[in-house]
Amino acid sequence: MTEQYVADFKAFAGNGAGGAPAWLRKIREGAIARFAELGFPTTKQEEWRFTSVAPIKETRFALAHAAGAQPPSVAAIEPLLVCPPGSPRMVFVDGRYAPELSSVGGLPRGVHAGSLAVALTSGRNGELARQHLTRHARWHESAFAALNTAFLADGAFVHVAAHTILEQPLELLFVATGGRQPTVSHPRSLIVVERDAQAAVVEGYAALTDDVYWTNGVTEAVVGEGARVEYYRVQREGRRAYHVATTQSRQERDSFFGLHAVTLGGALARHDVLTALDGAGAELILNGLYVLRDSQHADHHTVIEHARPHCASHEFFNGVLDQRAHGVFNGRIIVRPGAQRTDSKQTNNNLLLSTDARADSQPQLEIYADDVKCTHGSTVGPIDQTALYYLRSRGLSPEMAQSLLTYGFAAEILGRMGRADVRDRLDPLVRAALA
Amino acid sequence: MTLLQIKNLRASVEGREILQGVDLTVNTGEVHAIMGPNGSGKSTLAQVLAGHPAYTVTAGSALYEGKDLFAMTPEERAREGVFLAFQYPVAIRGITNAYFLRSAVNAIRKHRGTEELGPVEFMDALEEKLKVIGWDDSYLSRPVNEGFSGGEKKRNEILQLAVLEPKLAILDETDSGLDIDALKTVARTVEKLRRPDNATVMVTHYYRILTHIQPDFVHVLAAGRIVKSGGKELAQELEEKGYDWIREPAAVA
Repeated sequence: MTEQYVADFKAFAGNGAGGAPAWLRKIREGAIARFAELGFPTTKQEEWRFTSVAPIKETRFALAHAAGAQPPSVAAIEPLLVCPPGSPRMVFVDGRYAPELSSVGGLPRGVHAGSLAVALTSGRNGELARQHLTRHARWHESAFAALNTAFLADGAFVHVAAHTILEQPLELLFVATGGRQPTVSHPRSLIVVERDAQAAVVEGYAALTDDVYWTNGVTEAVVGEGARVEYYRVQREGRRAYHVATTQSRQERDSFFGLHAVTLGGALARHDVLTALDGAGAELILNGLYVLRDSQHADHHTVIEHARPHCASHEFFNGVLDQRAHGVFNGRIIVRPGAQRTDSKQTNNNLLLSTDARADSQPQLEIYADDVKCTHGSTVGPIDQTALYYLRSRGLSPEMAQSLLTYGFAAEILGRMGRADVRDRLDPLVRAALA
Repeated sequence: MTLLQIKNLRASVEGREILQGVDLTVNTGEVHAIMGPNGSGKSTLAQVLAGHPAYTVTAGSALYEGKDLFAMTPEERAREGVFLAFQYPVAIRGITNAYFLRSAVNAIRKHRGTEELGPVEFMDALEEKLKVIGWDDSYLSRPVNEGFSGGEKKRNEILQLAVLEPKLAILDETDSGLDIDALKTVARTVEKLRRPDNATVMVTHYYRILTHIQPDFVHVLAAGRIVKSGGKELAQELEEKGYDWIREPAAVA
């Protein structure tokens, strides 16, 4: 099936592909070649042991194009937004920026949020894009990241200049509209927050369709020295959708990055979260929540790379799995030589609400420094009967007690989110998914 | 008025009979202490009264306010005013103490036909209770018992006791593992909550707590039966002589 993508690439590249600069065209050529080499992963590969991408491989996806199609209305988009009303937003329809649905007028000086396709062809932003785009996410190592890079055309470009504070959360909403035939989009985002700046970005994926479609996204986030970034990722794809994504962050000295990934949608989802603490004193909070039911399958692979000393990372992933749902968590912590005084904690808890639900949890520690504190733990199990009785002994009905204990799994993750305004908007979404 | 009347209660766990015929009557306004050596069935008695699903009542009866206690589910007992302070309180991940307490209060209020409290009203009512046990409100935003020290967990049970205002409070070794300050707080709270229309049953292994809470009756439980009852002077006697002088004749009988 890789031949089909190579053929599609030829057509895409032959079209001029949005007038991309020469350096990017070259990278795209390399990326499609790399994709053809790697091919789709199989469950024989360790990293894909619990997740079969055969349904993606065996489906013929046409490249989604917003052009010519009737764009959705603002009224259709609004219910899909997570941020409080009035927050700046960029909306992408099938991977392409939709300025008529977006609202970035009121951004403070020093903040640029716009289409990546446009940024690539402009002077200063084009230079910034060249400096960072495709430089962080390792497309050589992943067939999906390679494919995204090959078809890289549009997405979000966010730049927060040094010392700039963006008070309101900035929302990036990727909406799929589907079609008679399955379509694929390859949204690409680049977020660069420079030294001592502060920002919150909410990246959402949602659907206006129950059709089969595939989102294959990549986001690169660069957090400069002393910068503070809260990044929320809310995956609410359609029930028949496939979602594959890589989020790659790189942190510089004394920076803070809070990454909160909430996975509620999609039939089959795989999210690789790759983080690099590449400056002394950097701190990372990596929070994840997946709430799955029916036969939903969601796989989270996270890598936390401690490359420098005195960094801290705290990772908490919780899963609530009902019916025949399957959750996969693989958390790797790498402590490079010289990354002394690393303080790293990883926890993955899975609540199984049915006997057919399944969770696989795999922690992996690779430590090449000797003065470090690394802990990890994971649990997989049904509702704790002792806790249930404890709550009943306080007057709660068994149904209320179970609902409280289940919500607690989600609330634990929500409670660690840095922004109350975003958390308060996510809370009802999560409750609805649990109900 | 008789609040609780237990007659010839036998109960077992995993097929093993722990309680072998307990008789006990608790009237409103009274504080009872149940003492006894390890393994005598003290905690079993407490859990059976609260309705722990692992314990099976095999014989006997318990009337609470004249109603069959064992016919009620654990939540019905709680809503009717029975409260057990757990020996080993359970941690509830992700649920703050405030949220949990409000859920419990509202479950009880709903049962009684009184209006449920919103978050703000509830917090106002809670401030008062916090003062009683000498806590600041930082505990309210922490998840229930999660990461709490042993003493904090016990104190949290007492906070629940103060907030839920039960008619029958059963304290299962709430005094164990407490430092003297925490012990005094627990004792002060129990004394403060004492009213003519409620009652407290304290299950304890130690005499220490009884120097701070004056019981009206002291019972000795040994091998699943109450083998001796008396006034508070019995506790003093147990402190001096230990349990052996009581246990041995009981084993024969």
